[in-house]
Amino acid sequence: MDVIVDNLPTYLSGFAMTARLTLISGVASLVVGTVLAALRVSPLRPLRAFATGWVDLLRNTPLTLVFFFAILVLPQFGVIITSFQGAAITCLTAYTSAFVCEAVRSGINSVGTGQAEAARAIGLTFGQSLTHVVMPQAVRSVVPPLINVIIALAKNTSVAAGFGVVELVASGRRIALANPGEAVIVLAGVALFYLVFTVPAGLLAGVVERRVAFSR
Amino acid sequence: MRIRHAGPTALLAASLLVLAACSSGTGDDTPSAAGTTDAMEEPTDGPTGAALPEGSTMAALADAGSITIGTKFDQPLFGLVGPDGVPEGFDVEIGKIIATELGLDPDTDIEWVETISANRETFIETDQVDIVIATYTINDTRKERISFAGPYYEAGQSILTLASDADINGPDDLAGKKVCTVTGSTPEANLLENFPDTEVVPFGAYSECIEPLRNGLVDAISTDNVILAGFAAQNDDLEVRGDPFTEEPYGIGLELDDTDFRMWIDDVLEKIFEDGRWVEAWEATAGTVLPTPEPPAVDRY
Repeated sequence: MDVIVDNLPTYLSGFAMTARLTLISGVASLVVGTVLAALRVSPLRPLRAFATGWVDLLRNTPLTLVFFFAILVLPQFGVIITSFQGAAITCLTAYTSAFVCEAVRSGINSVGTGQAEAARAIGLTFGQSLTHVVMPQAVRSVVPPLINVIIALAKNTSVAAGFGVVELVASGRRIALANPGEAVIVLAGVALFYLVFTVPAGLLAGVVERRVAFSR
Repeated sequence: MRIRHAGPTALLAASLLVLAACSSGTGDDTPSAAGTTDAMEEPTDGPTGAALPEGSTMAALADAGSITIGTKFDQPLFGLVGPDGVPEGFDVEIGKIIATELGLDPDTDIEWVETISANRETFIETDQVDIVIATYTINDTRKERISFAGPYYEAGQSILTLASDADINGPDDLAGKKVCTVTGSTPEANLLENFPDTEVVPFGAYSECIEPLRNGLVDAISTDNVILAGFAAQNDDLEVRGDPFTEEPYGIGLELDDTDFRMWIDDVLEKIFEDGRWVEAWEATAGTVLPTPEPPAVDRY
């Protein structure tokens, strides 16, 4: 266990990077995903097609390939993301937003059609009925699956280790190299730091879920 | 824990047996059960020309009729597996020579296993491979867990950059630059320790560093000169700059304290340094892009 204590600064800097990637990409993908969900139920066909294409493409592509695409392929077309951290956040957001979108859309579909019809009947526009009537009900019912998505995101940040970002896994590899006899303990330490993040996230989810729960 | 203790005990027992065999059975030099074909073909007086000592790892491998060798599968010039699944490179050739010396057929009796930098010690300790020949730098921390025969080649860390880059001409020019390397590798650790002003950008594989280098996301790539030379040979727009600034003697990893086997491999290496097979193996592989060096001196620690 000494190896974990001795290398605490390296672990902590890696953990800070993992936390930063998770928080920024998490917030961004919640926003983007919700917008995508709104597009998927919009009455305009091009918007629906765009959002459907986004989800189908990114949800069905391995995250590693998304990274390869952003870092090795996009520059060929002149799109260069100059910071590796920025590239990682972009990839994680694009990827995770597809999952957020589907979770939110399932929530939207669970809201009775009558709600939307009633909203339109009292003269609300599509946008108003979505933001004031449908979404507030939809989001409440999808808190558990959204927390799942965020926990998956926290673990997915490890893919960035292979693409120029020194987060927890990359830090763990550095420590393991310097301590070849204790690689197992070093990696257990990495797992421990992930748990420090994901377990409280799950507990928080439980609290939020109880707060917003309502019976239908 | 009990299982782990069995290893050293068995080794000790085995080496005692070897000693006993050596002292008592020097008179009858019976070719061992496998009948080392090699010994029959070339009746030299060299150490490996004689029958393999009974009870030794060498004899056990010859009896089994197969050897499992760990090597890199993604290292051009040293150990690279193409789409046809056949490993090629200098490490692979050295492995074939050792198998031949054991009286095995290098084309059919070798089982190649992919070892990556992070799992080489573990694979040796858990007997998943008999030996590891995988651009494996000899160092003291590793010697605590395994033994090294060799070195059979001496590499050194160097710098690769764009041919059009006039700023970087050697290790002294790396301050303030972004340098790409592989996460969790020795070159990365070396950069972090000796070049504090350099921003280290770790990727998953050296080949993945090339596009970021071309796009200007990083300024240079740094790792062993032989790897960089392979890239420079394949890409006209890339150049290796400056002299190597570290010494990376490549050794052959084997089980800790199997001294007989280690000395035997050292003998084989010295023999092939002499008889031209080492040069032949080099020129057929890494020698296609790199000058042929002098063979290093074997370190019998």
